[in-house]
Amino acid sequence: MTVQELPGATAHPAWKLRTDPAPLLPDPEPYRVLGTDAVDGLDSELLLRLYDALVHGRRYNAQATALTKQGRLAVYPSSTGQEACEIAAALALQEQDWLFPSYRDTLAAVARGLDPVEALTLLRGDWHTGYDPREHRIAPLSTPLATQLPHAVGLAHAARLAGDDVVSLAMVGDGGTSEGDFHEALNFAAVWKAPVVFLVQNNGFAISVPLAKQTAAPSLAHKAVGYGMPGRLVDGNDVAAMHVVLADAVSRARSGGGPTLVEAVTYRMEAHTNADDASRYRGDAEVESWRRHDPILLLERELTGRGLLGEERIQSASKAADTMAAALREQMNAEPLLAPMDLFAQVYATPTPQLRSEAEQLRAELDAEDGR
Amino acid sequence: MTTVAAKPATMAQALQRAMRDAMAADPTVHVMGEDVGTLGGVFRVTDGLAKEFGDDRCTDTPLAEAGILGAAVGMAMYGLRPVVEMQFDAFAYPAFEQLISHVSRMRNRTRGALPMPIVVRVPYGGGIGGVEHHSDSSEAYYMATPGLHVVTPSTVADAYGLLREAIASDDPVIFLEPKRLYWSKAEWSPDAPAEVEPIGRAVVRRAGSSATLLTYGPSVPVCLEAADAARDEGWDLEVVDIRSLVPFDDETVCASVRRTGRAVVVHESSGFGGPGGEIAARVTERCFHHLEAPVLRVAGFDIPYPPPMLERHHLPGVDRVLDAVARLQWEATS
Ligand SMILES: Cc1ncc(C[n+]2csc(CCOP(=O)(O)OP(=O)(O)O)c2C)c(N)n1
Repeated sequence: MTVQELPGATAHPAWKLRTDPAPLLPDPEPYRVLGTDAVDGLDSELLLRLYDALVHGRRYNAQATALTKQGRLAVYPSSTGQEACEIAAALALQEQDWLFPSYRDTLAAVARGLDPVEALTLLRGDWHTGYDPREHRIAPLSTPLATQLPHAVGLAHAARLAGDDVVSLAMVGDGGTSEGDFHEALNFAAVWKAPVVFLVQNNGFAISVPLAKQTAAPSLAHKAVGYGMPGRLVDGNDVAAMHVVLADAVSRARSGGGPTLVEAVTYRMEAHTNADDASRYRGDAEVESWRRHDPILLLERELTGRGLLGEERIQSASKAADTMAAALREQMNAEPLLAPMDLFAQVYATPTPQLRSEAEQLRAELDAEDGR
Repeated sequence: MTTVAAKPATMAQALQRAMRDAMAADPTVHVMGEDVGTLGGVFRVTDGLAKEFGDDRCTDTPLAEAGILGAAVGMAMYGLRPVVEMQFDAFAYPAFEQLISHVSRMRNRTRGALPMPIVVRVPYGGGIGGVEHHSDSSEAYYMATPGLHVVTPSTVADAYGLLREAIASDDPVIFLEPKRLYWSKAEWSPDAPAEVEPIGRAVVRRAGSSATLLTYGPSVPVCLEAADAARDEGWDLEVVDIRSLVPFDDETVCASVRRTGRAVVVHESSGFGGPGGEIAARVTERCFHHLEAPVLRVAGFDIPYPPPMLERHHLPGVDRVLDAVARLQWEATS
């Protein structure tokens, strides 16, 4: 028996799709600006600013990676190759907005103005969060995957209830989109029309697992549609395209238009972290092909072709990056100042009696150590 | 019987071998989790299994702990024996809903119709310099959930035997792998008749007469070292490796405490509301008249796991164990 044969099986006359899915659907190809006419609409000063920031970011990644080899950093999940996403995310926001980074997004936090050493305390092994999130409006770098996304939604919602002009931008990896928290966050954001931008950096892998084993969706941007928000697919190595799309999504959120899911197609050039062996799951040829699509290379080509970037600017950007790297190296070479008694600080607003006695125990042990 | 000569093996290798042998012996055994296939797990504990048994038997799943354990529930309903890897202790938390609402109570809820022969492997504990969320000891949460077995090995041979037992168990087993012992080595022969006690038995790792250290997992080597150090001060310490937190071996534990008359429980996880409270209470209830001193506890502080540069101050080490042993010179006035 077919559906039509059932009595009353025709669709209820009042039923219709709640929204037109067509405008929510992502572009079939990642959106690009560099090398297209769209670049004409962009201010050349902006492009040069993005260039400086990319060069700076690349050097930051290289320096942090070098610090792991010297044992100064316990671990560093590098965003080399993904700098365009990190920079665009930081620059799309206004002062009062909030950034919700994942553990790989130190660079976005630094590009937003956070002191590089403060940004690295988690990865160096001294305090979990070395900065005041409220002061910088940067949530703690999140290690559990996707758990920061509902926070971004809640904060944006609360700000809107308070009548404040605040947008949250939350970052997550391709692997993180499989977590339940990702789905719950998107759904809340869409239902509440919260001023949030979700930025997925699809860098091809979750540690060793390729995207094909993570999702069967046509693209991660497509996931937006089912929640009722637009999905945008962007070339994550095209910093101009990233800027345009994120700025658009942020202003949409700011004006009450609700959340957007942005998928940036990019590539992780280094291993997952310095503790990972990438040769187990990917070949050199693949890495090499992405090297030709490097975010700095793409922008440099565009800018030199248009006569906007000369040797002088290239040199000055490189020099500024050197200065930052030298300062970072020097600061990270200083032994961090750690007070063991801080273990008991800030566990509760008022320490419990147990904690006070445990603190006494440690104090006695430390005194005994000193006396030795 | 062909015997393979004992060779140095790590705990990680013994665990890998246990899964391999279980998969070869029983086609219903399936390994699954994040990065367990091509990469062989971030600790390489599942190394080679996907190659040998195929992607369907050793599966890289999407990155979703609730999904992994929830899917394992359905697989177990259909007759498979899933062995699930949670990548790190603190990343198992998204799966707690499945664990507590379904895995632990499915047998009871269905009057035995749907047993859950699932093993959840969780690398746990600190001491490896991991950043936040990579060093939790979550055993108290698991112990507090009826319906689960909770076990943890401390030696290479026991890692193999206990994991084989866990996979063979018709009930769900939380298999806690002390990650700082993954690279500990011992002479071990996978084919020699290993003397492994089943789930539910504790083992005396060092015999002694003046007090008992009750411990498990990553704290066992610490206690053995403390026992060696204590010898110089006239203490002959017995070290009991609990191995199985649920079920708990009251018999072996109490036999030891009755013999020595004194006991200290040692573990890494926080003391307040931690496993030591349960253990001390059981020992006190059963051995009250044999005790010369209260059962003491040496545990991690009651703080969120600290950053790695401070973890040495948090983790119970030899000195703290020895301090507690000294306090066993209990006098009624103190
Ligand atoms: C809830 C949770 N499960 C597992 C992990 C362990 N883990 C850390 S990073 C990672 C892969 C993340 O991949 P993806 O989201 O694509 O981000 P990427 O590292 O590529 O930036 C995994 C599995 C974790 N941090 N949190």
